[in-house]
Amino acid sequence: MEPENNSRRDFLLTGLVAAGLTVAGCNSKKDPFEAGAEGVAASGKKVKLLSVDGEVIEVDEAFLKPVPHLPEVSNAEARVGIPGKKFVMVIDLSRCKNLKKCQSACNMAHDLNPGHNWIKVNPMQGAEHTAPYWEPTTCMHCDEPPCVKVCPVDATFKRQDGIVLIDSDRCIGCRFCMAACPYSTRVFNWGEPDLPAAVASQPYSAETSIPQKKGTVGKCDFCADMTRMGMLPHCVSACPNGTFFFGDLNEDSVTNGADTYRFSDLIKDKAGYRLMEDLGTKPSVYYLPPAGRNFPFESGLENDKTQNS
Amino acid sequence: MENSLKGEQIVQELLPRKFKTSGRIWVGILVAICLVGVYAYYRQLRYGLIVTNMRDYVSWGIYISNFVFFVAISLVGSLITAVFRLAGVKWGAPLTRIAEMIAVGAIIFASIIIIVDMGSPERFYNLFLYGRIQSPIMWDVIVITTYFFISLLLLYYPLLPDIKILLRFKEKSGPGLHKFYSFLGSFWKGDHKQYLLSKKAINVLCIAIIPVAFTIHTVTSWLFATTYRPGWDSTNFGAYFIAGAFLVGAGSVVVAMYIFRTWYHLDKYITVEHFDKMGRVLVLLCLLYLYFNVNEFLTPFFKMKESEAGYLNDLFSGSFAPIFWFAVLTGIVLPIIILLFKAGRKPLPMFIVGIMVVVGAWFKRYLIVTPTLLHPFMPMHDVPKMYTHYFPSWEEWAISMASLAGAMLVITILCRIFPIIPIQETLDEHHETAK
Repeated sequence: MEPENNSRRDFLLTGLVAAGLTVAGCNSKKDPFEAGAEGVAASGKKVKLLSVDGEVIEVDEAFLKPVPHLPEVSNAEARVGIPGKKFVMVIDLSRCKNLKKCQSACNMAHDLNPGHNWIKVNPMQGAEHTAPYWEPTTCMHCDEPPCVKVCPVDATFKRQDGIVLIDSDRCIGCRFCMAACPYSTRVFNWGEPDLPAAVASQPYSAETSIPQKKGTVGKCDFCADMTRMGMLPHCVSACPNGTFFFGDLNEDSVTNGADTYRFSDLIKDKAGYRLMEDLGTKPSVYYLPPAGRNFPFESGLENDKTQNS
Repeated sequence: MENSLKGEQIVQELLPRKFKTSGRIWVGILVAICLVGVYAYYRQLRYGLIVTNMRDYVSWGIYISNFVFFVAISLVGSLITAVFRLAGVKWGAPLTRIAEMIAVGAIIFASIIIIVDMGSPERFYNLFLYGRIQSPIMWDVIVITTYFFISLLLLYYPLLPDIKILLRFKEKSGPGLHKFYSFLGSFWKGDHKQYLLSKKAINVLCIAIIPVAFTIHTVTSWLFATTYRPGWDSTNFGAYFIAGAFLVGAGSVVVAMYIFRTWYHLDKYITVEHFDKMGRVLVLLCLLYLYFNVNEFLTPFFKMKESEAGYLNDLFSGSFAPIFWFAVLTGIVLPIIILLFKAGRKPLPMFIVGIMVVVGAWFKRYLIVTPTLLHPFMPMHDVPKMYTHYFPSWEEWAISMASLAGAMLVITILCRIFPIIPIQETLDEHHETAK
């Protein structure tokens, strides 16, 4: 586990250094291509670029700076969500064999400490003579979210695109939302999260849920930062079996990266359902029953032992 | 002439007294427990709630149990002072001050312990900046604050005539305390106009405190009942909590009555008769609470719904069974049996029953919070093993014990400063009977 963690941190650190440079570049009023700007010496290596006016220009490589492809999202924007969207997830239980790639990708992307799994893969069996299956759970991003109802300070909120997020700069840590959530999806930062200094010092973003903070609640955020960029959540792209489908209810389409389906057809053909429908929480996560499964249940047992022995 | 001499004797007997050695030791022990709690809380502030043994499933532990316990006890102020007063129960008069002191002590520490439970207490002000009135927590904040102020006033207004008496004994109270008394009550002349005004104010407060008292504990029960969880998802919860609250509050008054009576030799003022009558009140409250318990557990037990079966089995015959049956027997059933006999309503047996009721009630509050959290709808899976059970850490015990000690310290200080038995009321009653 340890070496993997280190490389992940190194990777993130490089990412952050790049991001830091960007910010410095944006703040500087000087022409970034001007020779000698900020004391950078020309390397002599020229790169051809297309300017905003449509001309091909040559610039010294040393003067290039990484620039973010999207501007930073303010807290107010993060609270509103993406107009016109209504995000949904479909989890096909017949494809899951408890590989937990979704979980490790999620933990890595959100810099989660061990034991803080936002995605859990539960072995489920309704009754003695019914078939067992693996059930990955994320936050259900309910349309009637019990957690949002009980929050005393509006720290957890429901956006117009259906995503339920947490403002860790506002959360007072009363944990009423954890008691209210029937899906036990919420985790708490009981102690100071063990994060690289560069991550911990970042300003908190509700869309990335980074950095997690001591004394506040965390949970699956449907990778709101990825969806804003039009990309798939990390769990969806990490699953080699294509268990997770993600998409927009308004467009009526969901995809697992490889296959794209009309959402309504998929739910109709495979008899999709939601968890604990009787509670009236109206989840945004749909499940397809584990019928005609790709793997026997037993194939996931070995992998279950790591955390649950 | 003889009458006023007798009156002077009453005043002398009821004046607050300096602590003797035993009193100092008592205060010393309480302060020591509080200091340990403060150190534990310092550790919690520094390292976070990780120092507790609460984790993602048991996300509320004995802090919340303690909170419910304190809110419950504080309700007694409204019972003895307001309900008795409005119902014209005369014999309760000497007990009103004890009840109000307990109510104030308990409600202060209910507010403190709920802040202790917060993961980010430094953001407490967010409740005012971003407060959502839709959240039951905000309801609790509002009603507890209201209840605190009404309780404080209900302690203060009836004190004014007594403060006037206390101001006569400058020598006895010492300069510091004398200054404090004059700050609190030097404006009180005790003339007819003031008397009427005060009487009216007390009446208004007595009426106002009853709905507020019902609300604080009902809202506290709703912190649980507004969730879906087995054991909390109950329409019975408000009434169940109120019944339990009056019981534990009355139990704590009985304990305090006995201690004050023995310690300050108040046999003349807190009589055997008082214990007998409080015993009758207590047995009624026990029966009421028993009824709500049957209501709370029998119907789900009869149905044994899948989602509730694990929780119920755990309580009745599983890992929580010893505490469950202890709380039911000690806190409800045995007190009923003992109190049905006249001998059981004598001071000493009453004192023991009072302790049984209070201890049983504390464990009952523990059972209200923890077992439910250990029986979520989803399996407890993909988490570290320690998340699937709960036993409080030493910091949690230290802080919880410190809060109990703190409440007792507040009561102790109040009874050091103010007369435990209302002096003026006792004098008035004495004059009336003399006539």
